[in-house]
Amino acid sequence: MGIRIRVADFVQTLIAAIAVGSLYALVALGYTLVYGVLKFINFAHSDIFVLGTWTSLTAAVVITNKMGIEPEHAPWWVAMCVFLLAIAMCATFGYCIERFAYRPLRGAPRLNVLITAIGVSLLLQNVGQLPGKTVAESGGSPAATIPFGAIPRNMPALIEDRVLNETSVAEGTMAGGSKRGTVKLDQNLTIEAERQYRIEYVKPPAADAPAGAQSSIETLNVVVAEPGTIAAGEEISTQPRRNAKDVEGTKYRVLRSPLVPIRLIDVLIVTGSIGLMIGLQILVFKTKLGRAMRAVSHSVETASLMGINTNAVISFTFVLGSALAAAAAFLYPLKYPLVNQTAHGIWVLLGLKAFVAAVVGGIGNVRGAVLGGFLIALIEFFGSRYVSTELRDVYVFGLLILVLLLRPSGLLGSTAREKV
Amino acid sequence: MSALLEVKDLVVKYGAIEALHGISLTVNQGEIVSLIGSNGAGKTTTLRAISGIRRAASGSIVFNGADISRQAAHAIVRSGLVQSPEGRGVFPNMTVAENLDLGAFIRNDHAEIAKDLERALGLFPRLRERMGQMAGTLSGGEQQMLAMARAMLTKPRLLLLDEPSLGLAPQIVQTIFKIIREINASGTTILLVEQNARMALQVSHRAYVLETGKIVNQGDAKELASSDVVRKAYLGH
Ligand SMILES: Nc1ncnc2c1ncn2[C@@H]1O[C@H](COP(=O)(O)OP(=O)(O)OP(=O)(O)O)[C@@H](O)[C@H]1O
Ligand SMILES: [Mg+2]
Repeated sequence: MGIRIRVADFVQTLIAAIAVGSLYALVALGYTLVYGVLKFINFAHSDIFVLGTWTSLTAAVVITNKMGIEPEHAPWWVAMCVFLLAIAMCATFGYCIERFAYRPLRGAPRLNVLITAIGVSLLLQNVGQLPGKTVAESGGSPAATIPFGAIPRNMPALIEDRVLNETSVAEGTMAGGSKRGTVKLDQNLTIEAERQYRIEYVKPPAADAPAGAQSSIETLNVVVAEPGTIAAGEEISTQPRRNAKDVEGTKYRVLRSPLVPIRLIDVLIVTGSIGLMIGLQILVFKTKLGRAMRAVSHSVETASLMGINTNAVISFTFVLGSALAAAAAFLYPLKYPLVNQTAHGIWVLLGLKAFVAAVVGGIGNVRGAVLGGFLIALIEFFGSRYVSTELRDVYVFGLLILVLLLRPSGLLGSTAREKV
Repeated sequence: MSALLEVKDLVVKYGAIEALHGISLTVNQGEIVSLIGSNGAGKTTTLRAISGIRRAASGSIVFNGADISRQAAHAIVRSGLVQSPEGRGVFPNMTVAENLDLGAFIRNDHAEIAKDLERALGLFPRLRERMGQMAGTLSGGEQQMLAMARAMLTKPRLLLLDEPSLGLAPQIVQTIFKIIREINASGTTILLVEQNARMALQVSHRAYVLETGKIVNQGDAKELASSDVVRKAYLGH
């Protein structure tokens, strides 16, 4: 492998780690916020996240189905609606869980609250597996079911992923080749090693299409074995295979894949998450509400002596943490579309990793949760890329043990100091 | 004189233990009243019950004409009854400025808050130099000043102070009591809990003596200070 390829591979691993790390961080923030105000681990938090993925999935399926559109061609506001619905659902659940499961136990021994949290978690995991219902009005086509249940589903591609930094290397008018699946370009094309090439062309509407039909942009992947130059007029094999007359005389451009592809979904995940984290940072450290949250976090009693409605602040904290989990839950299946049933081990592991992120960063510390999230993802991705994939989860929990041994209160946690 | 706070037959329990066995006390508008007693007598418990942090098992607490014994702690603060808790209760991980802001949490009259802040910093010039410092890094005396300044910013009608002189050097104690007088002179009624009975009786108009959950003595502060029982038990001569 050349050095360029190795660097590219490193950078790609880094990008993947940052994308997944920002999702870990969003979920970790929920653990840390709740711990901050109530000093207990909300074990149902990862289930709120899973609820968010299923709500996104259900909303996406139902909305696109009702509107009779393909998810891939859904307008941008459908994704926005799905996002907001996921937030509303998770926030409502977060509120109710606090109000009806945890609040009655305020002042009860820690163990009772812990057991209740585990109970709520199991409840959500198992209720989430109840079979889905068919949406009656939509005629009962399989895609029209409300897809809760024990069967994994694929998240519709509401936002289609694409590589943002392809380079356009040629433009012109294309001709069909002598056999199906071959095309001819009107200029020379230089093929470099380790790159992929695709031809984008504008396909006019079919002759029998109804009036007003739009032309569409289609893609053909160039099948080449060797770097070198393809002369103008030389036949090029492409996938998928098209008839000569379909591509005859169409406008085309050739796009070369970058060494390090930057994908739309990754950019969306990273910018969205970081935006939310900055917003949270401002909320917690610069606003009156944030000051109230920090006051409650130090002492519920003293906070109430400042005239702070501590129950309202605690409720708000649950809603906030759940909304952040919902945001992560909306973004996650855009990258990994398979949505597993609510009690699946993959969710348990994901929740556990986010929890570990919160603990590694110092539970109760907002900046710590963000740091922990990125750290966990970095060690996970680089460990499995460069050392061994099997040990993927071992790195994460190894890091946890290491941090707990060296800095028991976490990287940014205040060293345990008893209240005076 | 009209009663601002009237506590009647207050009983407070911690589990099976009864900490207050039915105490009654009155604080009139404009007064400084002190509640003195030895360790574990129930002074803090009384203040916690009045502030709504610990629920009364029975009895009534009437503030400004309304029974507040069932009200939430934050609502009691909003009605003008503010406590500066024992052990100062500043927020150590926040700056002095943020602590003071929290004192004004229930208020929205920004111009007035700015004036009151000036007034509080005038009384405690030490705090002005330390606005950006974490409260946890202040000295004990400075923390007590911060706690009092913070309570002033809430603009209370009735201020409950739980042992403001605890653990402070005699000089600072003098300052603290001087400021208690000034706060009172500017129109705030004060219920003061103290173990330093000598100082407390000096600044107070009236006083109550609490012993193991019962009021055992009460009256004019000067008279109590000269009474034999109080002198022996609390003034040490
Ligand atoms: N949370 C609690 N649980 C059980 N008992 C308590 C609790 N708080 C106080 N007590 C008991 O109630 C009694 C009164 O305590 P309180 O704190 O009111 O005393 P105090 O007069 O303020 O004493 P000090 O001068 O030492 O502050 C004590 O016997 C104490 O042990
Ligand atoms: Mg006390």
